Amino acid sequence: MIQVNDLRKSFGDEEILKGITATFEKGKTNMIIGASGSGKSVFLKNMLGLFVPDSGEIIYNGEPLNEMEIERKSDLRKEMGMLFQHSALFDSLTVEENVMFPLRMFTKMRLKERQEKANEILERVNLVGLNKKMPSEISGGQQKRVALARAVVNNPRFLFCDEPNSGLDPKTATVIDNLIQEITHEREITTVIISHDMNSVMEIGETIVFLKDGKLAWKGTNQEIFKTDNETVTDFVYSSNLFKKVRIAQNKGL
Amino acid sequence: MNKFNKALNYVGLFLSIFTTMRFLRHIGRYMIMLYGVFKRPTKAIVLKELILKEIDDLIIGSLGITAFISLFIGAVVALQTSLNLDNPLIPKSLIGFATRQSIILEFAPTFISVIMAGKVGSYITSSIGSMRVTEQIDALEVMGINPLNYLVFPKIIALLFYPFLIAIIMFVGILGGYLAAVYGNLVSSEEFIVGLQDSFIAYHIAYAFIKTMIFGIILATVPSYHGYYMEGGALEVGKASTTSFVWTCVSIIIANYILTQLLLS
Repeated sequence: MIQVNDLRKSFGDEEILKGITATFEKGKTNMIIGASGSGKSVFLKNMLGLFVPDSGEIIYNGEPLNEMEIERKSDLRKEMGMLFQHSALFDSLTVEENVMFPLRMFTKMRLKERQEKANEILERVNLVGLNKKMPSEISGGQQKRVALARAVVNNPRFLFCDEPNSGLDPKTATVIDNLIQEITHEREITTVIISHDMNSVMEIGETIVFLKDGKLAWKGTNQEIFKTDNETVTDFVYSSNLFKKVRIAQNKGL
Repeated sequence: MNKFNKALNYVGLFLSIFTTMRFLRHIGRYMIMLYGVFKRPTKAIVLKELILKEIDDLIIGSLGITAFISLFIGAVVALQTSLNLDNPLIPKSLIGFATRQSIILEFAPTFISVIMAGKVGSYITSSIGSMRVTEQIDALEVMGINPLNYLVFPKIIALLFYPFLIAIIMFVGILGGYLAAVYGNLVSSEEFIVGLQDSFIAYHIAYAFIKTMIFGIILATVPSYHGYYMEGGALEVGKASTTSFVWTCVSIIIANYILTQLLLS
């Protein structure tokens, strides 16, 4: 479980995060949603320790991140998996080497074992036969799946995904969403996903945190988000034509 | 007019303070980077492979172009010396002597390092800069890997082998001078070799290698600094490479002067 208490972060005079408090539960897909510029990515980077917050606490299973020694922080990061928005695969490594990278760095596995584990996870993300390809030789959707495989290959306890299906076609986006949810449930991982894709929210958002202008505007589940009267949330949720039509249909009792 | 001059003085003072502060900020951050390079080391077996790869990319990969340049510069030095030898009292062996001295003392360590700042320095800045832009450095950090140690340390170690490259460059440069002088009928082979051996001071070789070693560290760290701390997108990667080339050259030239003062004066 990850607990965030009164998190604040500024860049110069501009306050990006204005005291956010939230809880991300174990074994669930926890989503952070909000419009562009609402502070989602800054929030995530603070949670990952890539930014140092101005004030507030981020607590990983009872251990505050800001009180951890560098070595403990380093160990904690070995328990994290991260799926970046643009995949962030290592250009100089093949697909297989990218997936094996965390195993190579943090385990004593032999090459054959690493390859077996990589193949197993690549099969899981429906990427068979691409092992020797370079990241530049595969499509965006395939890169995302390789990045997901890399993020989960070392059995992390915490999985972070920054807009996992941005720029993907709806079919691939659904595949990625389902994979994240399956892996989260199967391995009891605390998963935190940043997204502004309402389809994803509807499909896999077991707990939802809604940010607006660096503040927590609403929290709930994917069942509740479509029933809430909170205007900020409804403005965001029903900004797409599809959802507008769904709401009209709901109101008409169709 | 007096007031105008006074105002101008204040502007000048402000600008120099601002420039000095910015320069000091860079120096401070560069030192912090160097400290970070040696903290939290990457797994030894992985580092070994990275070092070997960097030796291949940075040293072996530069051999061809630097040897080519060196061969022709050696030839030109011999040619120029010969063309400027009008006085019949000056022995022709001076061609060999001048070629040796210019290649060993300055051309091989300094001139080649400036070329390497363009070739290797730009490569280092752009490769690390691209990793920064595409969040690959963030990915390393999130995994609990020290990106500075993973990316910069192997480059520093690889460039400690730079004197080996320079030794080859020295040989090829002198060979170029020999070929141009002897096969261009400027001097006989015997005379050239006499000049080559004339007043030879072994310490000059040590001086050249000490310089090369320092230049190697500059070549590894200054471009890494510009790549690692760059901000922005693809356009900024190009800008960072150019800035890195300029500052690497400036550092090499200043270090060359200081080292020459310290080691030869």
